[in-house]
Amino acid sequence: MHKWLQDHLPKIVLAPSFAMVVVFVYGFIAWTAYISFTNSKLLPRYQFEGLLQYRKLWEMDRWHVALDNLFVFSALFILFCMAIGLLLAILLDQRIRIEGALRTIYLYPMALSFIVTGTAWKWILNPGLGIEKAVRELGFENFEFNWLVDPEFAIYTIVIAGVWQSSGFVMAIFLAGLRSIDDEIIKAAYIDGANLPRIYLRIIIPSMRATFLSAFIVLAHLAIKSFDLIVVLTRGGPGYATDMPATFMYAMAFSRGRIGLAAASATIMIITVMAIIIPYLYSELRSKRHE
Amino acid sequence: MSHKYQIVMRKNRTLAQALVAVIVSAVLPLAAFAEPTVEVLHWWTSGGESKAVQSLMQEFSDNGGTWTDMPVAGGGGDAAMTTLKARVLAGDPPTAVQLKGPSIQEWAEEGALAYLDDVGQAEGWDDLLPPQIAAHMKFEGHYVGSPVNVHRVDWIWANPNVLAKAGVSMPTTWDEFNAAADKIQAMGITPLAHGGQAWQDATVFETVVLGVGGNDFYQQALVDLDPAALNSSTMVQIFDQMRKLRGYVDSNFSGRDWNLATAMVMNGEAAFQIMGDWAKGEFAAAGKVAGKDYLCSPTPGHGYLYNVDSFAMFAVRGADKVAGQKLLAKLIVGENFQKVFNLFKGSIPARIGVPMNEFDYCAHRSAYDMQATMTVGGLLPSYAHGMALRGAQAGAITDVVTNHFNSDMSSTDAAKALAEAVVRSM
Amino acid sequence: MSEGRFSTAGAAGTRLTISRWLLFLVLGAFVLVYLTPFYVMISTSLKSLDEIRVGSMLAWPETLTVASWAKAWGSACVGIQCDGVKPFFWNSVQITAPAVVISTLLGAINGYVLTKWRFRFDNIVFALILFGCFIPFQVVLLPMARVLGILGLSGSVGGLVLVHIVYGIGFTTLFFRNFYITVPSELVKAATIDGAGFLTIFTKIMLPLSLPIIVVTVIWQFTQIWNDFLFGVSFSAGGGQPITVALNNIVNSSTGVKEYNLDMAAAIIAGLPTLLVYVFAGRYFVRGLTAGSVKG
Repeated sequence: MHKWLQDHLPKIVLAPSFAMVVVFVYGFIAWTAYISFTNSKLLPRYQFEGLLQYRKLWEMDRWHVALDNLFVFSALFILFCMAIGLLLAILLDQRIRIEGALRTIYLYPMALSFIVTGTAWKWILNPGLGIEKAVRELGFENFEFNWLVDPEFAIYTIVIAGVWQSSGFVMAIFLAGLRSIDDEIIKAAYIDGANLPRIYLRIIIPSMRATFLSAFIVLAHLAIKSFDLIVVLTRGGPGYATDMPATFMYAMAFSRGRIGLAAASATIMIITVMAIIIPYLYSELRSKRHE
Repeated sequence: MSHKYQIVMRKNRTLAQALVAVIVSAVLPLAAFAEPTVEVLHWWTSGGESKAVQSLMQEFSDNGGTWTDMPVAGGGGDAAMTTLKARVLAGDPPTAVQLKGPSIQEWAEEGALAYLDDVGQAEGWDDLLPPQIAAHMKFEGHYVGSPVNVHRVDWIWANPNVLAKAGVSMPTTWDEFNAAADKIQAMGITPLAHGGQAWQDATVFETVVLGVGGNDFYQQALVDLDPAALNSSTMVQIFDQMRKLRGYVDSNFSGRDWNLATAMVMNGEAAFQIMGDWAKGEFAAAGKVAGKDYLCSPTPGHGYLYNVDSFAMFAVRGADKVAGQKLLAKLIVGENFQKVFNLFKGSIPARIGVPMNEFDYCAHRSAYDMQATMTVGGLLPSYAHGMALRGAQAGAITDVVTNHFNSDMSSTDAAKALAEAVVRSM
Repeated sequence: MSEGRFSTAGAAGTRLTISRWLLFLVLGAFVLVYLTPFYVMISTSLKSLDEIRVGSMLAWPETLTVASWAKAWGSACVGIQCDGVKPFFWNSVQITAPAVVISTLLGAINGYVLTKWRFRFDNIVFALILFGCFIPFQVVLLPMARVLGILGLSGSVGGLVLVHIVYGIGFTTLFFRNFYITVPSELVKAATIDGAGFLTIFTKIMLPLSLPIIVVTVIWQFTQIWNDFLFGVSFSAGGGQPITVALNNIVNSSTGVKEYNLDMAAAIIAGLPTLLVYVFAGRYFVRGLTAGSVKG
């Protein structure tokens, strides 16, 4: 008996966490998927109704705007976060005395909830109160920066605020990746006469493949989950020009009493996430057999 | 029954009685002093509204009750509705919730509300409330909520100095409004103070529907949801007027809170604001006097768009909570609360017969018009404020309205989109 | 170029060449961009309302007033209660502390099992647990409400703690698993031969090594849980709301005039704990990340 316990103790210890995940993640995903096939309105109903909600979803202009925004936002957000994060990491890697302070300054936005910083951002981006006003006061009378209130450009303000918040964290990831590269290879390249940019481009960056992937996953997940950011900055406006699947789902479920529709949008969101994460997990865990 | 059995029964009965007596004597003190407690979910956290809720809490405590506040601000109740849904699904709803219009019937349909018939009967609500308002508070003939006030939505608030400077008077038709706005704009002042939030766009929209389309058209389009009315030439005209109004707002309007737009009128940065009479609460809180510092007049039209705030009582367990609900419901319709609350909030009492001598002339106008439209017709529920339609349909209409306001969508396209959106939301 | 990371001259001997100047210029520009929102928040919170209305957003206050801070902490009205954010601050502490501790512990032991006690399908188990990181929270709000109700935990601190533990396990397990993978298995094998059992190895060998990753995990979990709004607003009852909900109430309410200075002061108070954690423990964060947790 004791032997059996000892043999199976690891699995027993793991079991509670696994059980929790099964119920609270996969069980709930299944529940949501099921509800997306019903006609639930204010509270859940369990009668199967087929693809009704998906048809309604795809007929809504607002949903298409939300999907477009998701792709535009995600692409720009990931691109700029990676670029700025990498740039800052490389710059900080240059043995600077005040590296610690600089790192804290670049990292702190991640520490604050967007509900905290959103108020400041709304101000900064507001044409009449923020940047536009400040630059005009500096003398540039015709300077315009009213993206926040322009249906075409509002989504880009969300990218700006989002990149501000998350690029520090990406920088930390890249910095860690940079620092873990074996110095010997670099020193050898140096001795061979390569200069700094060349070393970075040809040796360092290619060997950070795993780090890039990690950063990408973190950023993709942040992009899909984007909620606080949009709610605080634009509430999905002007009109619904900056709506995203997360805010759409929330509005349908809680303000409109259309839980079935919300579940359909949520299922689409989950499928999108799965489409990105599963291949990554597969490749990662396939090739890793550390022992 | 056999004699032995009767003896056994009597013995058991005495034992049972003794047990009951013990239990009751332990519990009865508790039941007799069932401390009325309520947990109140609301989003009245600002200005006049906050003062108004405090007056209710005060009265509740004065009557021996304990009030646990559960405020969830923001979005005109969006976040609060999230909390409500989560709590209801968890089987632990708040005792009283700030809920109004068809939402009340929607929740009642799900079996989530508690009946207040005993309070309604004891207090004589059927005689104290106008029939239309009482109907909003009922589900299948049972009272499930208490009305707090009657707000009128279709008001224009104006700055008399700006009007005098431009040489215009309060408009009585939409053409007069446009003419006045043009003059004011020529002077360099913003004609219409507006906050670019979906519900504010919707508020302006429904006053235009009322004015341009008329009372019957409003009923057909925004209450009965007749597709022929929604996608009609009248609706195209209405969207044309909305497009005109879009030209009268300042460039910073997007996302602005409604009370900041009111402030613009207050300090002369803008001439008009189209907003319900909760705006009056803002003027009052700033010490402004109706007729002197600001003017009020109904938007061009012949109807009255009402918005009745109310508290719905949810089905809860526990003698304390049930007692709390009944006490709260009773106090809400009570004369004192109806007077004090509405003085703070800017609305008029829902209860008939409350002395109006402390109310200002805008309130008197509102009460007078409400009586008139009750008799001759035109007393209509506001769609923008959740009185006429359920969330799904109201939201679908608002999506089209706000999209049209914030883009260069054509009026014909908008009318078509409106009809389609409503159908799809069913 | 012989400066920078690969300098053979050592950091102390770097000369200020043009490239070095450029480096500092770029870094400095970014510092300005990153700090501006925070600067705006602080300077606004120290201004009086008149100064805010008239002055420019970027100007430092002419007269410093800490009145807003006092008001935000102790007397601002959150709904009807006018006790400031103080009570809600302690609510957040009550929710965050146990959730961080328990989710970290669970992550540690999970990571340990998954790397040192391999079994069939363990990679799939890990992948399944990991996927929990990616689920958007709005999606689980309603079913979670139902489950909390069934468990009798609705509207209680315990319920919120459970929710945060459940949705933190994915991350904590990831961090510890990636860290423990770099710990040589020979250590564990040697200990087993010496007769140490499952738990002994964990407490005597793995945990002492884990300080860097414990710090990373605690920092990450603390930030996520303290800053959460969605779960806080849905699963708390009146009086038990976390500080993010209180902040939302303050910011979204205005009595006649929007009190920007109060809003900013309240926001900074709400963000102070996580901010301080990053300022003081930030270097451990990077160190911990370097120690193998995110390399992949």
